[in-house]
Amino acid sequence: MTAELGAFALILAFCLSATQAGAAFAARIRRDRTLAGCAEGAALAAFVAIGLGFAALIWAFVTSDFSVINVAQNSHTEKPLIYKIAGAWGSHEGSILLWCFALSGYGAALALARRLPFGLKTLAVGVQGSLGVLFIGYMVFASNPLMRLTDPPVEGRSLNPLLQDPALAAHPPFLYAGYVGLSVVFSLALAGLLEGRVDSAWARWVRPWTLAAWGLLTVGITLGSYWAYYELGWGGWWFWDPVENASLMPWLMATALLHSAIVTEKRGALAAWTSFLAIGAFTLSMLGAFLVRSGVLTSVHAFAVDPKRGTILLAVLALTAGTGFALFAWRAPLLKDRAVFAPVSRESALVVNNIVLAAVTCAVLTGTLWPLMLEAFGRQGGVGPPYYDLVVGPLFALALLILPAGPLLAWKRGDGLATLRRLWPAAALAAGAGLITYAVVEPKRAIGVIGVGLGLWLVTGVVTEAAERINLGRIPLAASAKRITAVPRGGWGMSFAHAGLGLFVMGAAFQSGWKLEADAVLGLGQGLNLGAYHLRLDRVGEGPGPNYDSERASIAVTDAAGRLVCQARPERRTYDVGGETTSKVALCPHGLDDLYVVIGDRRARGAGSAWLVRSYLNPWIRLVFLGPILMALGGALSLSDRRLRFAVGRRMAAPTPKMAPAE
Amino acid sequence: MSAQKLICLLGAVLCLAAAGDPADRLPNPALEGRARALFQETRCLVCQGESIDDSEAPLAADLRRVIRERIAAGASDGQVRAFLTARYGEYVLFRPRFSWRNSVLWTAPFLVALTGLVMLAARRRRPGEDEPALSAEEESRLAALQSTGDTLAPELGSKNAPGLTER
Repeated sequence: MTAELGAFALILAFCLSATQAGAAFAARIRRDRTLAGCAEGAALAAFVAIGLGFAALIWAFVTSDFSVINVAQNSHTEKPLIYKIAGAWGSHEGSILLWCFALSGYGAALALARRLPFGLKTLAVGVQGSLGVLFIGYMVFASNPLMRLTDPPVEGRSLNPLLQDPALAAHPPFLYAGYVGLSVVFSLALAGLLEGRVDSAWARWVRPWTLAAWGLLTVGITLGSYWAYYELGWGGWWFWDPVENASLMPWLMATALLHSAIVTEKRGALAAWTSFLAIGAFTLSMLGAFLVRSGVLTSVHAFAVDPKRGTILLAVLALTAGTGFALFAWRAPLLKDRAVFAPVSRESALVVNNIVLAAVTCAVLTGTLWPLMLEAFGRQGGVGPPYYDLVVGPLFALALLILPAGPLLAWKRGDGLATLRRLWPAAALAAGAGLITYAVVEPKRAIGVIGVGLGLWLVTGVVTEAAERINLGRIPLAASAKRITAVPRGGWGMSFAHAGLGLFVMGAAFQSGWKLEADAVLGLGQGLNLGAYHLRLDRVGEGPGPNYDSERASIAVTDAAGRLVCQARPERRTYDVGGETTSKVALCPHGLDDLYVVIGDRRARGAGSAWLVRSYLNPWIRLVFLGPILMALGGALSLSDRRLRFAVGRRMAAPTPKMAPAE
Repeated sequence: MSAQKLICLLGAVLCLAAAGDPADRLPNPALEGRARALFQETRCLVCQGESIDDSEAPLAADLRRVIRERIAAGASDGQVRAFLTARYGEYVLFRPRFSWRNSVLWTAPFLVALTGLVMLAARRRRPGEDEPALSAEEESRLAALQSTGDTLAPELGSKNAPGLTER
């Protein structure tokens, strides 16, 4: 019964979204506030309805109601509760429902937003409603997650062990909240273009939504990458796989948007470009969803192609993006770009950031779609990691080189020389660290040396800028300390994000430059050397799991001095059904490094039993995951600043203590 | 993440790097290093989006053996690639060659960057009247506004944009 109620709620949500769109557009044309209120009410109701549908699906998963097709195909009674719940968004239908849930959630948030002017808000609510009609319509009519089976099975089909992982359970909600958060930005861009109002105020309204979406996307991508790292057993954390690229492209666009929106907000410049990015970012979100969900690109993550749904999704994508870009082409030339700025200025620095991010997005997009483009010409082919490394690396290096100067430059006309003087210690420190790295670390690897230098350059640049912000050394120390909490939080958000990027760059460069791998077929008591570490296979225990047999090795890892670093316990599981095997990686975190141990197949049986043992030393890899977390934290910090500033901006109702002068 | 995708991932996990099978390695580490680098650039034709370095498929193992043999026999990287493309077509290369047919792939990102930089430079040369600086009266109004806390002052500013708390 709950499934039927849920299905009904989804259809209701579809109708409510249509009402939302219709009422909002009518309200804008007739300037009717009652109708606008009606549209906002419909947006809230649509969210509640989708929420009910989602709850019904989760309930079906929790109670293992196998008469629902989706549950029968994607769940199993023996799954732990948390993974039953996560199973609700594990399938195609479920993930589309999650997408729609987020979409209507953002629609409701938009409806509740207070400070937007009538025209802009009403149109944005209308566009958001139209998106709801398209996506909820697709879900209800082509991919309904609550369909029943006439002949329900006793047991569900899926007990996939790879699915049962905390990082993977949390990965889709974050990722989708990020993807779909960009829909609000898209709606506001379309509304702004229609109203002919893409100015400083507009950029200010767009910024918090972009920040939220960007932060969630950052967390989602990092979780996915971490999962691939410890679950796939290849020792790597990014594979330039189409599915990964699909999530990276909107992130790159959102990052560009965050920066260009600053220029639009502070200086009224780049209005057209900012609105273009706003439309582009959500387009790439949808493209990502289409690429992943249609299976049009084969990848490591590939799954069965479903051409009918793929076509519908493509139509939704084409309609949405087509409308967005057509509107842009029509209205953007009317936008006035007043501001003038010198070649050395903060504007220029931010523009270069945007150019690089656009070029990187172009590289990722071209590389991802290259197989399709070739196919159109009857050729076959595709690109792999070497292409991306070669193209993306140099482009990013350019952006990183100028990054620390950006926040120190003045708007309009910056003093390049003075900025360089201020950054001199930071540059010297970074270059020195690079040189030391070059001299000390063997073998010599350019990427590692350059990465350490650039990453440290970012971090020291951030420290320089932060020290200036609190007037360190120029005023008494206590006063400087006071300024830490007194200066706007957005600045600290930026510092966090840039420092996080620096840490990430250092980690990524160090890991790809100096990762070590060693493997050998080992008998009990035998060992192998991995850099300065020694691994000794102590024993291999066999034992049955719930539905698999496992071989669990115990490997002692000792450092050069012979001290025990850790006892690694990698596992190899053979499943009863189908005889498939999976590996459970053993991770030994050691400072910033990871020792990564995998046990392979058994090479000899009986008295001389031997196993293939593979091991990787991933130096500084922790920074690869810590950096993005710091970036997301920076986003959250910046967002909290926004809220405060909004509260103050409300016609100076009551100056909050935070915003009052420090003295 | 769909269940199907995960099943395929499970399949991928089965193809755990077999290039590391110690028995097959070339004794000379320099040659082995070159062979590994080539493995990473060579597509496993029967797998999906994997290099032969990552794959446990028999074809990948064959290709690894063939490449190792050629390297051991003194072939250059270029000769090995030429051999592979002659036998399997350019599809086998993960890093497409620099050729006019691949020009879009290699140049598009840099063209985007170049266009952007040219536009930025052109903007500078455009004759436009500079915005007049703030008058003394405007300056004082700005300062008054900022001291009350209702401000549009850039939060990023440190030097040029007096923050909320500056005196």
